[in-house]
Amino acid sequence: MAEIGAIVQKVRSKNAGPFWLTVDVFCGSAEVFARVVSALDTARVAALYGVSGADIRRFDIADLNVVKFSFPRPTVQGTAADRDMHGAAWAVLLEEMEIA
Amino acid sequence: MVRVLIPTGALGLAYDRAALARGVANRPDIIAVDGGSTDSGPSYLGRGVSKYSRSTTRAEWRDLMLARAEAGVPLVIGTAGTCGADSAVDWLYEITCELAAELGQKLRVARLYSGQSPDAVADAMAAGRVKPLSGAPGADAETLRSCANIVALAGAEQIRVAIDTGADIVIAGRTTDTAIIAALPIARNCDAGGAWHGAKVGECGALATTNPASGVIQIDFDETGFTLEPLGGIARATPYTVSAHMLYENTDPFILYEPGGHLDVTGSRYVALDDRRVRVEGSVWVPGPYTVKLEGARIAGYQAVSLTLLRDRRYVENARTWAEDIAARCRKVAVERTGLTEADFTIEMRLVGQDATLGPLETGRTVPTEVGVLAIVTAPTEPQAVEIAKILNPYLLHHALTEEEPMPTFAFPFSPAEMSRGAIYEFCLHHVMTLDNPMSAFRLEVSEVGHG
Repeated sequence: MAEIGAIVQKVRSKNAGPFWLTVDVFCGSAEVFARVVSALDTARVAALYGVSGADIRRFDIADLNVVKFSFPRPTVQGTAADRDMHGAAWAVLLEEMEIA
Repeated sequence: MVRVLIPTGALGLAYDRAALARGVANRPDIIAVDGGSTDSGPSYLGRGVSKYSRSTTRAEWRDLMLARAEAGVPLVIGTAGTCGADSAVDWLYEITCELAAELGQKLRVARLYSGQSPDAVADAMAAGRVKPLSGAPGADAETLRSCANIVALAGAEQIRVAIDTGADIVIAGRTTDTAIIAALPIARNCDAGGAWHGAKVGECGALATTNPASGVIQIDFDETGFTLEPLGGIARATPYTVSAHMLYENTDPFILYEPGGHLDVTGSRYVALDDRRVRVEGSVWVPGPYTVKLEGARIAGYQAVSLTLLRDRRYVENARTWAEDIAARCRKVAVERTGLTEADFTIEMRLVGQDATLGPLETGRTVPTEVGVLAIVTAPTEPQAVEIAKILNPYLLHHALTEEEPMPTFAFPFSPAEMSRGAIYEFCLHHVMTLDNPMSAFRLEVSEVGHG
């Protein structure tokens, strides 16, 4: 088992407009990409961010060695309940997730 | 061929002046810069103001006006003043008039206004011409009328109309990030897929290169694609940095919706021309219905906040219990003393150092050295928010974990302890509106300013 952040180049999260969040896992190599693609379960990612699995869009992009997730923001940007205006801190949840 | 010079990802973010000079020397056909986005939150659109300081904006805009005069080509800014509301366009126009006089420039300035009247959008909604996008909140005519500002995102067509006035400077309200870059190449019959793709890659300036802080890039558009060249001293564009940029702030890394269609980069080919420049071909523009995206912001209450610092180890270890105990007691007191019901207001205690960033999603479990207790009160009016924040204060100052201990006192970094944040806003639209004529929802004004 390893934390995703320890094996990939970078995990980045960012708003995709006020209502969506997008998280990019830059794997850095084809080997790490293959490991992340097979070990990272979309349902676990949904649970991590508290969103419904049906709302998650996943892109495994071999050309870039990137795995990308897009889903409705856990809180709408800028509402009283929001804690992270740019959505950049959410990346850490995936960074700290352990995979096989 | 159309050469677009892009000085920075957003006016106010700073950029490399030497790189800008190189860009001007390369004889661009237009200088295009973005002025904002929704990324800094709903308050800017709600209030119709810029996030960045007037003096910084003025200093950077002054340099761009000088670069424009030297290059002798149009200077276009999209989403002026962070939010692109009409008042933000007027704000940058006022700065432009000041600078034109100061620099001795005589200019034709076109202002493209994106502000929408709630009644006009409500009529469009009633006629079935306003549709929600995925994830949109529910919205009706009442929602529209509650907005402090509604803007529509202009596309390449409206920017082209503004450029065609012969303007030296175009100050556009809300536009898509890409429209200001794509407009001239499309008007001059460059490949539309290449124009939109290059615009998407270039809209954040040098972010799609190895040296994002340098800011300045140029993109050459032609009949088959585009070539991106960074102008910062050490900045390089590679097939990886350019292709990876479609990921940025985009839910789908292959598709980008714009007014009048969408861009599909599934089959795009990225080739390194040398160690700095990248050529892209094979991007496809797929025409569709002419829709513009709508953004709206309205007041969602008033806030007052305070910050208390816990450093005592026992209080740090029990910070959540302590903070929630205070919040519960104060909710009761606030109901008794303000006449509000518990449903009318919220008291939220965010523990900085523990879980303030991620809240219930936090997975970390370490005990920090200290905890900042950020108390956030949200209420229907500003006086009520401040009143409830003041009701919290004696508890934050002295509340003990148990009844059998000496009275503690906690650290406050500020006096007064409470800070009113005024009105808070929320985005309440994530919709598109169909237009018969691209200009029907936008307003153009052209003026001659300054003196030469």
